[in-house]
Amino acid sequence: MPDPVIVSQNLVKRYQDFVAVDGISFEVAPGESFGLLGPNGAGKSTTMRMIGAVSTRTGGELRVLGLDPNEYGPEIRSQLGVVPQENNLDLELKVRENLLVYGRYFGLPRARVARRADELLEFAQLADKATHKVDDLSGGMKRRLTIARALINDPRLLLLDEPTTGLDPQARHILWDRLFRLKEQGTTLLVTTHYMDEAEQLCDRLVVVDQGRIMAEGSPADLIRRYSSREVLEVRFGSTQNAEVAERIQGSGERVEVLPDRILVYSDSGEKELERMTAAGLRPLTSLVRRSSLEDVFLRLTGRNLIE
Amino acid sequence: MTRPNLSPSTLAAATGTALLFGRFPVGKYYSGNARSVMARGWRATRSTNSLVVMSGIVEPIFYLLSMGLGLGALIGQVQTEDGQRVPYAAFIAPALLAVAAMNGAIYDSTWNVFFKMQFAKLYEGMLATSLGPLDVALGEISLALARGLLYATGFMLVMQALGLNLSWWALLALPAVLLIAFGFASVGMAVTSYLKTFQQMDWINFVLLPMFLFSATFYPLSVYPQGIQYVIQALPLWHGVELVRALTTGQVNAGLLWHVLYYAVMIAVGLFLTTRRLRALFLD
Repeated sequence: MPDPVIVSQNLVKRYQDFVAVDGISFEVAPGESFGLLGPNGAGKSTTMRMIGAVSTRTGGELRVLGLDPNEYGPEIRSQLGVVPQENNLDLELKVRENLLVYGRYFGLPRARVARRADELLEFAQLADKATHKVDDLSGGMKRRLTIARALINDPRLLLLDEPTTGLDPQARHILWDRLFRLKEQGTTLLVTTHYMDEAEQLCDRLVVVDQGRIMAEGSPADLIRRYSSREVLEVRFGSTQNAEVAERIQGSGERVEVLPDRILVYSDSGEKELERMTAAGLRPLTSLVRRSSLEDVFLRLTGRNLIE
Repeated sequence: MTRPNLSPSTLAAATGTALLFGRFPVGKYYSGNARSVMARGWRATRSTNSLVVMSGIVEPIFYLLSMGLGLGALIGQVQTEDGQRVPYAAFIAPALLAVAAMNGAIYDSTWNVFFKMQFAKLYEGMLATSLGPLDVALGEISLALARGLLYATGFMLVMQALGLNLSWWALLALPAVLLIAFGFASVGMAVTSYLKTFQQMDWINFVLLPMFLFSATFYPLSVYPQGIQYVIQALPLWHGVELVRALTTGQVNAGLLWHVLYYAVMIAVGLFLTTRRLRALFLD
């Protein structure tokens, strides 16, 4: 078993009297793609910053690439690639210059940076934009450039903080494809996201974080099995009827959940639940049987309240 | 870990800072690569605001021509602190040189730095690499210095052409101008790192303008009553004006070292505060 890339034990970050990260423990193996999943304000980004050696922890133990980030910031950062939540590309520089200048921040030789920059423009499908201004790029292109920039020093670990937030579906899929290639090449990825489909696409293993704590840990399939059912039946009876109908079907499937606009029945077979319902004389306005997803797990674990 | 090679100038600066900071663990905050920050600045200046750079050269020359030659024709000669009588243009030219150094350094270390911190998130990106906050501070300040040197050289050439350099000591005015620029750049960056809004940035101009007008720039300090003289002598620009004026008019004495010391303290305090503040902001 090779040494883990990240070891976190009881990691804590406290700001005055606010606890952002409250005792998080996990390990990430080399080549693994690991996800931190959680609602806004769950402590994902703070955890990411501590791993990225730009924030010092208040308590617990943390080793990144075998080193303590509180002591070896520059050494650790020299082997990381960081894709922050908000692009911070250098708008005063052209596309290719962004890569060249960034590489020099790592103290890498000019020739090597230039060669790597051209490879990465190719990889990010931006080769024809090399001499363009950064501001003229689309959102997806800016994101790909930020990822290319994070790879300029051939990092052993790539940190991606909400890599596809705010992108349109096409741009997201292009980005996922690129990240998947990196994974195939053996780059260790640490991804935060609140998109379930993203986590299912990218992560071998993930933790669900809420209010600074880990709620669950496992592979996406694992978590679905543990915290949800194989399928979900969604039925609508109209917002005035839902609660009343829910009383009558309580006990169907493995679990019934009532939302203001619809009722969810968690079950091994959604079709059978629906048949049973119609047999009992209930006529839903609409019905939908779907596979259970990480979203169900996520909402079950972190609740449905709006978290700001 | 191998560290990148240090250039002599950054090494000297780092050693100075290390001594100053005592047990301050420089290794965590400095990777000896301030020149990559400076190189970034050159590239950015070249592509976006070379016109702004040019305007900084022309402005003090306009002042010199209008006030030095224009007003100077009415005024004739002025007595310096040492009792020497010099033409009015030769009296204000060194002061304008010191002011140009100040303005160049301040522009780079305040507005530029403010924008990069608040909007471009440039430093956030830099500090995610192996760079430390001291690399960023030194790199940005060095860039401000380079610009100050450029302004000063252009202005000195004009002074030479107009016959306003009265002594060979004037050659030392160039390093003196660098010292002045370094002082203002490091304090300017330290102050800027604490500011949050554009309104607060206006306070910088509010301080600079009267300092420019009243620091014995256009007339000798002796016109003021004693109490006001003390106030002026406490301000940084006066020390710069006196230092440069003594050099270009050739009235050199050991007392000038006080002015040098004043700027050395400014530099040290500015670097210390900037590094500490960048660390608090971006490496909390």
